[in-house]
Amino acid sequence: MVQLMNRTETEAVVSPPEAPVREAAKPVVYDTKQLNLWYGSHHALKNIDLPIRENEVTAIIGPSGCGKSTYIKTLNRMVELVDGVRTSGEILYRGRNIFDAKYSVEELRTRVGMVFQKPNPFPKSIYDNIAYGPRIHGIKNKKILDEIVEQSLRGAAIWDEVKDRLNTNAYSLSGGQQQRICIARALAIEPDVILMDEPTSALDPISTLKVEELVQELKENYSIIIVTHNMQQAARISDKTAFFLNGEVIEFDHTDKIFQNPADQRTEDYISGRFG
Amino acid sequence: MRITEQQPGVSKRYIDPDSVTKRMDGRKVINTVFRSLFFMATLVALLVLGILFYRILSQGLGFLSAEFFQNFASRIPEKAGIKAALVGSLWLMAVVAPVSMFLGIGTAIYLEEYAKKNRINDLIRMNISNLAGVPSVVFGLLGLTIFVRALALGNSILAAGFTMSLLILPVIIVAAQEAIRAVPQDVREASYGMGATKWQTIVRVVLPSAIPGILTGSILALSRAVGETAPLIVIGVPVIIHFLPTGVTDTFTALPMQIYDWAKRPQADFQQVASAGIIVLMAFLLFMNSIAVLIRNKFQKRY
Repeated sequence: MVQLMNRTETEAVVSPPEAPVREAAKPVVYDTKQLNLWYGSHHALKNIDLPIRENEVTAIIGPSGCGKSTYIKTLNRMVELVDGVRTSGEILYRGRNIFDAKYSVEELRTRVGMVFQKPNPFPKSIYDNIAYGPRIHGIKNKKILDEIVEQSLRGAAIWDEVKDRLNTNAYSLSGGQQQRICIARALAIEPDVILMDEPTSALDPISTLKVEELVQELKENYSIIIVTHNMQQAARISDKTAFFLNGEVIEFDHTDKIFQNPADQRTEDYISGRFG
Repeated sequence: MRITEQQPGVSKRYIDPDSVTKRMDGRKVINTVFRSLFFMATLVALLVLGILFYRILSQGLGFLSAEFFQNFASRIPEKAGIKAALVGSLWLMAVVAPVSMFLGIGTAIYLEEYAKKNRINDLIRMNISNLAGVPSVVFGLLGLTIFVRALALGNSILAAGFTMSLLILPVIIVAAQEAIRAVPQDVREASYGMGATKWQTIVRVVLPSAIPGILTGSILALSRAVGETAPLIVIGVPVIIHFLPTGVTDTFTALPMQIYDWAKRPQADFQQVASAGIIVLMAFLLFMNSIAVLIRNKFQKRY
């Protein structure tokens, strides 16, 4: 019943997934179809349809509690760490349903890296932090690990800052550096997609800028999905933006379209700061 | 503008500075009274401990000699030694430490990392804490029924070791659970986020952070097992033994048993021998506890 009611409601407002495109549409990496999610009896995500394309930065914005973090955590099934979570619908990653019983979460998470809200390096050396992913996937060769560590740190634009102290504890770095270490750590597993859950909310403005620049560089090689409650950030760095409200996707379109000419009144209200 | 005057837009004042000053002295006196009260409570505990130490050291030091460690038990106080008991206690530890730590840490890992949060597991968690409060004599009876009789292990090191392991298991489980719980969830998530399995996350992220707390708790629990007497009495561990055990199926005696035996003998000299035994036992415990402190200091909290 709930599903039916919501369905009619969402269909009326969500712009069609194949929104007007100015260039040839890139292949879809993550295709979310009629996703519903409940925490116990709380219906947190309602009939989400969201095609996310390759080599783009997709920003997810919305007020607190709108389900944006829940959604991004569903993409690598991290949300299942919470007890009492139920889902329906499907999320196709490269054509395969991630909720399929035969799809192991470990395999999915090897392809999909994640950067968290609070920098969460391991209490280990910088080197061991970056080498963690490759090591759990069975790489033991010291020379290969060295190369992965350097390449990942360069990729996260922090190599020059830490190359002389790879053996110091990652906790000795500043918050902004720790977050880039975490990004480097995610790069080290050579993912296809990088999920970022408010990666700059705990950082100062300068570190935020560095991470934003980094995101721009990374999209050349990765598909990036970033949750942010900083609308300027979404406008600055993303190609597409999805606006979430009360667990529904209100609008999903090109970022400049969303910010300059939103189709839905609620999107406009949120973006112009009238609520949220 | 006087402060006391009611200003439009300024909130009304409820605290009168004069009466606050007036009551200040009384509040300070009450504070001083309670401080002295608590200091005296501490003093009583310290005093009792001091008297105990003084009595034991003054009585026992005279009997502490190289022979005391080399001799077996004897009817003559001067010839009585602690060799069998000391070696027996070491044997006991050799069984208790691996058995209790393996079971205890394993249970804690299961409950904290693998078990779902449901009512049955909550019940298990709660009962483990309750088990820690069960008297040791009860565990002795359990050991007598299961290990000594049902499994026919007799009053061997193995039977006593298993019983002692059960006795300290709840303490180890609770300590290990707390240490594991203190590891922040976000580093676990970081590990899972890279495709690590639960086991890889436990071995590489959770345990390295939790091991100091786990070891500290385990060693403190083990030192309780060293000093425990009641279960050994119930199991029927003998006191006077004139040989050293050669394996875990041999019978043995332990430090607290030996001390208990000496202390209940009528001759005054044996009271002093008992004191010497207590000194050895206390040194044993102090040694174990200082290892726990060392471990705690060496791996300081890194979060």
